[in-house]
Amino acid sequence: MRKGVSLCISALFATMLVAAPGYAATFRWASQGDILTFDPYAQNESFNNTFNAYVYESLVQYDKKFDVVPQLAVKWEQVTPTQWRFHLRPNVKFHEGEPFTADDVVFSIHRQLSKRSMTKSYLVGVADAKKVDDLTVDIITDGPAPVLLRQLTDVRIMSKSWCEKHNVVDVQDYVAKEETYAVSHADGTGPYVLKSREPDVKTVLEANPHWWGKLEGNVTEIVYTPIKSAATRTAALLSGEIDFVLDPPPQDLPKLKSDPNIKVVEGTENRTVFIGMDQKRDELLYSSVKGKNPFKDLRVRQALNMAVDIEAIKRTLMRGQSIPTGELITPESYGYDPTIKRGPFSVAKAKALLKEAGYPDGFEVTLDCPNDRYINDALICQALTSMWAKIGLKVKLDAMPKAQYFAKINKLDTSLYMLGWAVATFDAQDALINLVHTRDGKGSGEYNDGSYSNPKMDELIEKMKVETDVPKRLALIHEALRMHAQDVAHIMLHQQIIPWAMRKNIAVIHSADNRLRMQWVHVN
Amino acid sequence: MLVVAFVAFSLFQYVGDPVQLMLGQFATPADRIRLTHELGLDQPFYVQFFHFVVNAVHGQFGVSLRIGKPVSVLLAQRLPATLELSICAALLALAVGIPAGVYAGLRPNSWLARLAMSASLVGVSLPTFLIGILLILVFAVKLGWLPAFGRGDVVHLGGWTTGLLTTTGLKSLIMPTVTLALFQLTLIMRLVRSEMLEVLRADYIKFARARGLSDRAVNFGHALRNTLVPVITITGLQLGSIIAFSIITEQVFQWPGMGLLFVQAVSYADIPVMAAYLCLIALVFVVINLIVDLLYYVVDPRLRIDRTSAAGH
Repeated sequence: MRKGVSLCISALFATMLVAAPGYAATFRWASQGDILTFDPYAQNESFNNTFNAYVYESLVQYDKKFDVVPQLAVKWEQVTPTQWRFHLRPNVKFHEGEPFTADDVVFSIHRQLSKRSMTKSYLVGVADAKKVDDLTVDIITDGPAPVLLRQLTDVRIMSKSWCEKHNVVDVQDYVAKEETYAVSHADGTGPYVLKSREPDVKTVLEANPHWWGKLEGNVTEIVYTPIKSAATRTAALLSGEIDFVLDPPPQDLPKLKSDPNIKVVEGTENRTVFIGMDQKRDELLYSSVKGKNPFKDLRVRQALNMAVDIEAIKRTLMRGQSIPTGELITPESYGYDPTIKRGPFSVAKAKALLKEAGYPDGFEVTLDCPNDRYINDALICQALTSMWAKIGLKVKLDAMPKAQYFAKINKLDTSLYMLGWAVATFDAQDALINLVHTRDGKGSGEYNDGSYSNPKMDELIEKMKVETDVPKRLALIHEALRMHAQDVAHIMLHQQIIPWAMRKNIAVIHSADNRLRMQWVHVN
Repeated sequence: MLVVAFVAFSLFQYVGDPVQLMLGQFATPADRIRLTHELGLDQPFYVQFFHFVVNAVHGQFGVSLRIGKPVSVLLAQRLPATLELSICAALLALAVGIPAGVYAGLRPNSWLARLAMSASLVGVSLPTFLIGILLILVFAVKLGWLPAFGRGDVVHLGGWTTGLLTTTGLKSLIMPTVTLALFQLTLIMRLVRSEMLEVLRADYIKFARARGLSDRAVNFGHALRNTLVPVITITGLQLGSIIAFSIITEQVFQWPGMGLLFVQAVSYADIPVMAAYLCLIALVFVVINLIVDLLYYVVDPRLRIDRTSAAGH
């Protein structure tokens, strides 16, 4: 036994030796979909953003704990509440040799704010960027912007002269007949250089020998292949043709875990999944109740919440791979309040509440649900319909693919719907503005598809948007999150756990935003 | 084809909203309205359809909303992969299916024919994706002989890419070809067999045998030739469907052809790609039907006589 342990330890040392920096390695990986474009502002899609970050860098980035640390900016300060000064990293070069200067930053921010940019949302609140000197830039905001730094982690910096040379100063126009140069070419400052790109076949990146930073991992070549079919993805990993799968199919996980050559790394995702209710219309679109809207009654919302046996969903559907929650945001996000708990599960109490609200025999309603977006989404909805049937509700399930689903619920064409939200900026404000603030058609409440509206809540959110005193702002966030839970603005379900599957010789750092950060990947 | 385009376009009203997918979750309403308008998605579908037809006639199919490349370029890049796979599959189906069918027709009671017939049941009844996955499981995962996905290395010849000239390309071709061919192969085999059984009972075969012709001349010169008209019809139509329905095989093997492009387009509501693909497939069917009709004249002399006599009147 003891011998076995010491053998293990020496084996460990051996692998560490092999993995010493400088050891070159190719990392072949796959997921379901392909990279869409290398123009970082032409699509706002999570996987595309992940991949572009290998080539393009931002002023700041997240570390392993999602704190903001320097990237292309070495330090920064607030000159006034609406003026941020960034000091840029000197002696940085783009892949094609252009020196990186303040002009590139100003150009990139203007390009990203331009009419056709698809990623403007990362610059919400930013009015302008101004060059101070070659290595200093000021970013001007409309008002105080407490989450600016977190937003900037997704604002990638392009080269001004490269864009001008290749006629890509404007972001791609999808109405035009031509593709633009930036779709399949890239010139960033990042650790990897785009070597070849064949859509839906393979994309190859090589380590940038002139990169200013130092890789913590040892990947010198990245080969990415999209594999649409779930079974083929698993097969390719098992046969060793690829090293890593970002989205192993849930049904294959037991098999993958039992294979001696494969390991599965599980981590929480910065996403909560929940059910929204139409709380605005005087009569629900899809319900048997006429002349009034049951979801306007807090007791009905509480009853539905109470009738959800979330532990059963965790045990059976999610096979333990979920964290039930009563809070809008996850512990990974700034502003999380650990005191907020999901209320107890009780069918009897839920029934009593419904009776009190005037629905002793329940009512009929349709639940809209995606079937290809969140883990087990349609199955969870199915389970919910039977749980709510126990308190007398007749719930009709309408499950559909995401491309149709989001178009439908964003038109508010729903009475009861499922949604999952990952906080891109890792700050609660983001979720509150989009999901809970009254829908005003000007950017707030854009995903408040049930039109929940509470003036006190709006006031809290408006205050936190401009509050620069950190403890005061945190108190405002906590108050808003508690109000959200008390009002049952949404029926919160759980936080997802995301598995990544890989060959035994691969070491990665699991990220709560489901982005594989290549600079930390080790091939042993 | 106009009908296909029309039907396709009416369906696109229900495939979903690409704008949502393009802008991501934090887009402002103003952006969303602008993009919807620029893409023309806010217009009634007959207006969109009209624009599509006018552009299509000019050879313009627009830009893919998913990968930002012109649709015509994308289809041209994918066409070689699909054609190579389909033609290999069709050749395999013919090369194995016809001899096997002839054999089973000539010796219906031999054990080999019985074996082939019962094996063919598997080919007819198992769905394509299952066959593909089973092949992957055996030859890629268990044995490690063949790659599980992709097309291997390809050689560029002008505008054409081919995997036929490299080892990895050929290895990659085997499993998708077998998967795609299996159904057609069994279909052709069963068809040839039943036609042969029918023809062999005909008087002219007995007469031919009475004339003392060799078995070979009777079986191939007379019998097989007479079975060919229905076989050509079915094979022709099947070639069309091999190309059209390579979608499933391409998806299972991540074969970078047009079918895979279409599947990806559907999940992204990439309307320009879907429209162009459906029109192209309609064109393929039209062309194949034309070729099939022309081939009748080659194999069936009666049709040629009919034509000349008709011309005489």
